[in-house]
This record gives sequence, C-alpha cells and structure tokens, in this order.
Amino acid sequence: MLNYFPEEVLEHVFDFLTSHRDRNAVSLVCKSWYAVERFSREKVFIGNCYTISPERLIARFPRVRSLTLKGKPHFADFNLVPHDWGGYVQPWIESMAKAGVNLEELRLKRMLVSDESLDLLANFFPNFKSLVLVSCDGFSTDGLAAIASNCRFLRELDLQENEIEDRRGQWLSCFPDSCTSLVSLNFACLKGEVNLLSLERLVARCRNLRSLRVNHAVPLDALQRILAQAPQLVDLGIGSFVHDPDSEIYNKIETGMQKCTSITSLSGFLDVTARCLPAVYTICRHLTSLNLSYAPGIYSDELVKLICHCNKLERLLVLDTIGDKGLGVVASTCKELQELRVFPSDLYGVGNAAVTEEGLVAISAGCRKLNSILYFCEQMTNAALIMVAKNCPNFIRFRLATFNPTAPDAVTMQPLDEGFGAIVKSCKGLKRLSVSGLLTDQVFLYMGRYAKQLEMLSIAFAGDSDKGMLYVLNGCKKLKKLEIRDSPFGNAALLADMGKYETMRSLWMSSCEVTLGACKTLAQKMPRLNVEVINESDQMEASVDDKHKVEKMYLYRTLVGPRKDAPDFVWTL
Amino acid sequence: MERASAYENDLNLKATELRLGLPGTDESSEKQSLRNNKRSSAEMDNSCEKNEQESSPAPKAQVVGWPPVRSYRKNVLHQRNESDLSGMFVKVSMDGAPYLRKIDLKVYKKYPDLLKALENMFKCSIGVYSEREGYNGSEFAPTYEDKDGDWMLVGDVPWDMFITSCKRLRIMKGSEAKGLACL
Repeated sequence: MLNYFPEEVLEHVFDFLTSHRDRNAVSLVCKSWYAVERFSREKVFIGNCYTISPERLIARFPRVRSLTLKGKPHFADFNLVPHDWGGYVQPWIESMAKAGVNLEELRLKRMLVSDESLDLLANFFPNFKSLVLVSCDGFSTDGLAAIASNCRFLRELDLQENEIEDRRGQWLSCFPDSCTSLVSLNFACLKGEVNLLSLERLVARCRNLRSLRVNHAVPLDALQRILAQAPQLVDLGIGSFVHDPDSEIYNKIETGMQKCTSITSLSGFLDVTARCLPAVYTICRHLTSLNLSYAPGIYSDELVKLICHCNKLERLLVLDTIGDKGLGVVASTCKELQELRVFPSDLYGVGNAAVTEEGLVAISAGCRKLNSILYFCEQMTNAALIMVAKNCPNFIRFRLATFNPTAPDAVTMQPLDEGFGAIVKSCKGLKRLSVSGLLTDQVFLYMGRYAKQLEMLSIAFAGDSDKGMLYVLNGCKKLKKLEIRDSPFGNAALLADMGKYETMRSLWMSSCEVTLGACKTLAQKMPRLNVEVINESDQMEASVDDKHKVEKMYLYRTLVGPRKDAPDFVWTL
Repeated sequence: MERASAYENDLNLKATELRLGLPGTDESSEKQSLRNNKRSSAEMDNSCEKNEQESSPAPKAQVVGWPPVRSYRKNVLHQRNESDLSGMFVKVSMDGAPYLRKIDLKVYKKYPDLLKALENMFKCSIGVYSEREGYNGSEFAPTYEDKDGDWMLVGDVPWDMFITSCKRLRIMKGSEAKGLACL
C-alpha cells in the first residue's frame, strides 16, 4: 500500500524528522523512500569530510541548504596532528558554487578555511545566512570582511576558538548600513581591535540580535552603550570588564544590567577586575549558562560570591581556581546543573592542588541532574569515582584528566580500574568517555561489558596488553570513534576484527605498538578504509621496514578511496 | 644521585624544572608511574620494578598534548601568563601620611583617571600635568619608581609604558618635586 502513498505526503512526514540519524534510517527503508528523502533533505551532517566527496554529496542531496563538516581528528586539538594534515573546506565550497547549491548555512569544525574560501562563500551564495566556525584556522579578518560586506541576509556569524590572523582591517565596519538581519554575532576569539562605533551602530540596527559575544578589545564603557541598545539580548559574551568600581561608568553598567532581564547565558570576561563583578549579580538569577573559563585572575572567593546567585544554572564552565570549596558551593546552589567543565588554570600542574576528587564528589552529591562533565584535576580515587557513579547515573559524557596521566588512586595507590568500572556500570546511557590515571586491562574489560551505548572513547597511557583494546572493540557495539595514545596495544588487537572499523567513523592510534606491516595488511584487506600513517621524521620511504612501529596512524571508513590532498608526511597505505 | 649534583653546579634548574606530579614528589616515584611505552607485549609479564631500572633517567620533559587542553586555550593561557592580567597592585605613599595605600593600575585607562583617584584617596590636589612644568603650582606631585630604580615624574611616558614600568608611587610635596620637572 505504501506504493500509493503520494510523495508529497511522505515528504511532509519526513519534515518532522529533524535528526540526521532518523533521516538516514528512513532512507534505508526502500528505494522510493530513499528517493523522497534525498530530494527533501536540507540539512546534511558529515562527521568526517573525507568519507565522501562534495560531488557525491550534491548528487545525492541537490537541495541541501545546511552543511556541517568536521575535518581533523580530535587529537589535533592537542597538537598531535600536524597543521597541514588536511581538512580543507575549499573543494566543498567550490563544488557547491559550481553546482548552484542554495547554501544557507555552513558549520565547520577543525577545518582549514582560507580567505579565498570565505570570499567564495560570500559571493556565490546569495541566501547565505549562517556561518559557524569551531577550532578552525587558515583565515584572517580579510575573510570576515568579505562575509560582512557581501552576505546580505546574514543572521549568524559564530567564531568559536579559532586562530584568526588579524590584518587590522575594519572588518566589522564592512557590515553595510542595510544589514539589519543579525541574530547572532560571536567574535570573542579575535585578537585585534574592532571599530567600537561600528559595533554600536550594528547592534543598534539589528533589532533581532539575540546573541553577542565580543572580544577583549571591547571595553566596559562600550559594553554599557551596547547593552543600552540591546536589552533584548539572550546570550552575552563580555570582553573587557575592567574599570574603577567607584566610577560613573560602572554605575551605569550596573543599572544597565538590571534592564537586561532576558540574558540567560553569560561568558567572556576576557579581562576582568574582580571588584567589578557585583555589577552582574542581577542577571545571575536568570542564568542557565555561565562560562568563566577564559576569565583570568578571579579567585575562589570571588567566584563563589558570583555563583551563589546562580541557582538556575544548567551549564557551568570554570577554571580550577574555583577549588574544592568553590565546587561545594556550586553543589549546594546549582541544583539544576547538567553540565560542568573545570579547566586547568596552570598547565604544568605544579601549582597548588586546585581541585581534587573531593570537589567532584561534592558536585555529584549536590547536582543530581548532572549528565556531562569534563574535569581536570590533580588527583583521583576509586572511592570518589564509585561515589560519583552512585550519585549520578545519568552521565552521557564523562571526561576526566589527571595532571599526571598515569596517576594511581591517590589514597590506595591502586589503578583506577574499579572507579571507572563503576562509572560505566552505573551510567547505562554513557556515550562519551575519556579516561586517565593508572589503568590496566581490567578497566577495558569493564567497558566492553557495560558501556553498551558508548560512541566515543579516548584512551591515553593506559592498559597492559592487546587484551585491553580487544575488550573494547568486541564489547562496545555502538563505538564510533576510538582514539588511543601512548598505550601498549599492537598488531594483534588492530587486526583481530577488521570489519569492525567499517562500523566506526575512525580510529586513531599514536605511540602504540602497531607496526607498519600491520597497517599495510589492514589497508590491503579493507579497501573501504583509508589507513593513513603520519610520519614526521625525515626517514626515506625505502628505509622504513614493516617491523617499524608507526608513530601515528589514523584510519577511517570512506566511500571515495584515498584522498588526493594528503601532504608528504601522510602515507595512505 | 648523579643527576642532583649536575643540577647543583648548574643554574639550579631543578627548582624550576617542569614535571608532572605534585611538588615535593621525587623522581623515582614518578618513574614508577610513568609508563615506558616502548616495551613489546612479550615483556608485559615483567614487573614494574624491572622497567624502572631499565628506563634511562631522561630529563623530565613536558608530555606533548597533556593535559589534553585545546591549543587555542593553551595559547590564551600562555599569553596571559606573559602579560599578567590579574591586577597590577602598586604601593602608594604620600609624604606625611602615616601609612601607605595600594591601588590596581589596571583599573585605569589613562593618566587623568589615575590622578583623580589619587586625589580622592589622599584628599590632596595634584593639578594638571604639563611637559614643560610638570605639576608646578600644585600642592603635590605624583612620582613613581621605575624598573631601574629611578624616581620619575608621572605623565612623561605613554600610559601603557608607564603601567608596565611602574613599581610603586610616591606623592611628593610640590616644593620637593620642583627639581624633577627640570628638562
């Protein structure tokens, strides 16, 4: 009977499916559903830009309007991947421009973006509305100027943690007077100055502006004038919050903040005088999201004074200067907390022990709705992890990093196997896990046995033998991304179940025991995987034999074979 | 230990060496926990102690990519530490006052703001700066000690240069300050 179902009706039904996973599933039902789905698909998510080519994307989804692309492997964030490894957006933009795709939205993560790409984007897609760049680089403020000048209907320009070259042009002034469509503008990561008058005028004429995050070059007095123009803001990222608290400007800011009753998300404070913080106490009561992780020099007492006003908080990002005591205050104040990230303020970890397992336990006891955590700490214990697992069984993301990557239980000196075991056993919905500390094969046995929903796993300096990796590969049925560094997993583990890698997005292994020969075997047996070996030393190809251990290996499933843009130091086997 | 003596004769690098782990822990306990990753699986049966003896006492280097912090965040932190944005408190003394005060120079954007704040704090009148006359005519003149230990008149150099070189402030009686205003 489904044959007589008019396509328009099917299309209408599919419109209600917003998740790309649902749409992917629907397209596999039968040929006619595949056809209807592909013509009606507007949003496409590509988790690895080398899995497919732009041409095939456009062929299958000609009506695509919104594209999300991810480039470099996750460990590129930690300087483990050479800068020019790949992940260029240029071919995608070129192909879409050529094919006349009506692109409206582009979201990129860990990709190389050039000014040329941004220029193409700005000039060939008349309806372009939204650009979101996360952890990208390769472009400058000239590219931003092109976007500002030419995208007549721009709604969103969101730049998160990108390295952007500052060319001292006046990119912000390039938004024409006719531009009134901005809803979201985030340039917090920009290093250089912006024209403050242009910014104020832009904010004044964009009446729909909901989200504004400025960089450190926007001082407090400019902020005060901006807030006066935009009391409708929902999300605010403050630049510089430095002023004499006894001044008139400061008083103006205080009263200005009182008028901003819609702000539920606050971030920035890229430069701050702690004595100025009380000005924001009035908005704290409404906040659901607070990011102080880039705010320098605010110590525990001052943080606490701020946070104790934030009882609706659902998301909190802070530095470890908050201390265990500060986390205790969070635990008793923020009963709605779902996500917490505690970042290191001192990268070498030789300062005072800022947060320990006690802070984590306190949070778990007070914030029962917690489902996502990223925690950098001096030390951890099994007892603490077991307690956390008991208090918070709803974790979806659990990421722990001890400053010493092989730190044992600080009290018993045992491995942290039991602690993490408790986490995976208790948190049945766990999708993402990063482990750290002294760990044996046992922890992986627990993962294989209990972490049935796990999709992404990060392992560093852990395990004793191939058995560890095998437990995970065999047991974690939903595993999509596995990244391993400095762990004694070798060829036996790599080659035991080669078909598994076609069910995953990617596997990264660096400083492990895997040899070149094994990688070659894998590449030969699995044509639908790209097995890339990154070799940064100056050895010539001829002198490297198969018994040689590979420094870095990255493999991923693909439908388009080896990529053509790989640099010299990347060998696709 | 051999290494300790090498350090003692040197620049006392040990005091400032970067290493993983809590301050106060010694190297041998650290070696036990830091894994030697180059062993093959056949050697797995051996105990940790054997590996400790085998691993060479290499200098404690920063582990690449650990802690796993995004390089963007790392770069921001590095720049921060270099420019020390957590406040620039300097002592301020005034001739005749019983005790000193402290102010945070970072809070002020330019000289007039600073001078006004000083006037408020000490209930004095400092007046207006002029390149030629300094603060001639006013009751008090603001001076500062720079990085070289010299006493300078406040206002001569650009503000940004001033706040990085100012170590402390002294509000001098106008009569004494006349000498500083000379070209």
